[in-house]
Amino acid sequence: MENSLYKGVYVFAEQRNGEIQKVALELIGKARDLAADLNEKVYAVLLGHNIASQAQMLIEHGADVVICADAPELENYLTEPYTQAMCHIIDQHKPDIMLIGATTTGRDLGPRVSARVATGLTADCTKLEIGEDKHLLMTRPAFGGNLMATIVCKDHRPQMSTVRPGVMQSLEADAQRQGEVIMAEVPFETKKFKVKLVKSVKEKSNKIDISEAKILISAGRGVGCCDGLKLVKELAETLDAQVSASRAVVDCGLVGHDQQVGQTGKTVRPDLYFAAGISGAIQHLAGMEESGYIVAINKDKFAPIFQVADLGIVGDARQILKQLNDRLRN
Amino acid sequence: MNIVVCIKQVPDTTEIKINPVTGTLIRDGVPSIINPDDKAGLELALRMKDQFGAHITVITMGPPQADNALREALAMGVDDAIHLTDRKFAGADTLATSHALAGALRNLSCDLIITGRQAIDGDTAQVGPQIAEHLDIAQVSYLRKLDYDGKGTFTIERTVEDGYEILETEAPCLVTVLSDAYPSRYMTVKGIMEAYAKEVKVWGFNEIEVKEEVLGLKGSPTKVHKAFSRGVKAAGELYELDTDEAVGTIISKLKEKFII
Repeated sequence: MENSLYKGVYVFAEQRNGEIQKVALELIGKARDLAADLNEKVYAVLLGHNIASQAQMLIEHGADVVICADAPELENYLTEPYTQAMCHIIDQHKPDIMLIGATTTGRDLGPRVSARVATGLTADCTKLEIGEDKHLLMTRPAFGGNLMATIVCKDHRPQMSTVRPGVMQSLEADAQRQGEVIMAEVPFETKKFKVKLVKSVKEKSNKIDISEAKILISAGRGVGCCDGLKLVKELAETLDAQVSASRAVVDCGLVGHDQQVGQTGKTVRPDLYFAAGISGAIQHLAGMEESGYIVAINKDKFAPIFQVADLGIVGDARQILKQLNDRLRN
Repeated sequence: MNIVVCIKQVPDTTEIKINPVTGTLIRDGVPSIINPDDKAGLELALRMKDQFGAHITVITMGPPQADNALREALAMGVDDAIHLTDRKFAGADTLATSHALAGALRNLSCDLIITGRQAIDGDTAQVGPQIAEHLDIAQVSYLRKLDYDGKGTFTIERTVEDGYEILETEAPCLVTVLSDAYPSRYMTVKGIMEAYAKEVKVWGFNEIEVKEEVLGLKGSPTKVHKAFSRGVKAAGELYELDTDEAVGTIISKLKEKFII
């Protein structure tokens, strides 16, 4: 493969119900850094139906070029039509790098596309940079976050990578930014469409997006499941914060999976992360260590959480939570 | 109906600890388990068998000790087990792994291929969809529920960020299952006894239909450039105080940081 034929940093601009997902803007933000190092352009790939009007927003957030496939086949996400569209665009435009959000859509689409175009895909990268030889260095946690690995894809293009929401940072929108929009016509092979969407069901839940929270009070095994959790909730209320939890607490069923922080849960970076009774299994640390200020309370002074905490308190999390809450309320 | 479940034996990553002095992984004594999402996949297959009389084959790719994972699946009630193992498969990334598995699956008649959504040691969620692509069949990932009409049509609930989708597809297809979708049954005593008497087929490169150049380290487009234990952030302050003082310290720090 002649790598030099492949140019540009591409981002899959995921939309759901016509709304551009935040992760797409975050990836465009990262793509700008990479493109600057490579002296290449940032391309956003926008797939959907009646969607072209969203292109401007992608440009305002940092895309130089938007490649848009607007077709009824792309109305809702389905693996095969989206794979065909992506592969067509890859074939026509020859991207050097393709970044995809690690959402349920991106993690369904990414591997299918990578297998079809026979290139590598690195999942859930937490760091992306350009190496000395101009290859993309993709760093990700492995072994449940116990180890970090930097992956390269030297001989295949595009270099594909997925990144979780919340890991990269988007740029401020600049309404003055100009860019180009290219409309793509995808020659769909409809006989390969084997999956039919019967309906999409929105689950109205009190789902809180912990990755958006400014302050998180996070419960671990050390506060226990029932009454300890109540203390955590009370403190969260006092500080106008949200509650998150480690896997141990989520597994006991009292906190929803959408509130789990860590490798199998969410990546968070609040201004304050307050870890109560969390020992800090590495997969937990992987999800929160970028937080602005980390307070940790744990009985065990050797708990790994103290390796990332800005303020560590060796002590009983329940007692401290209770008294802290009392004093803050008065 | 013929169902094939792809499973992986993984180290129980929640049991892995880091040596606080050297910062390296302590892997000794870490138990190996069937990957949780895959176990839910086994349970889904077994329920299909209970209801529709399916024949279930379980397959894994891995080193010799992965035999244990296959025995466990046999003890849960699957009918056949295949252990894919060969030096030529070693060092594979997800794409090369998917080629080996797809090569083995081409030898089997499958109406439904089930994999876990992702494995807890890699967390990539890539191998399932990549297998489906090589076999040129439909995929539905993030499955939380599957219904079968008994005539070849599957109705599947797929979890997404803001709810779920109801999708319909026909056999053959590949699904990737979430661990909490189907809490797995226990092995039976009879099952355990029989599992060790049953034959596990061992297949290597010569038994599967795939080109050698797409396998193993050589066939892997991605390579590990370097691996390292995560850098320890500059340690903060650590205090051992009584509750009263501890609370005071927290409050003054949070004030200092303008958080409260």
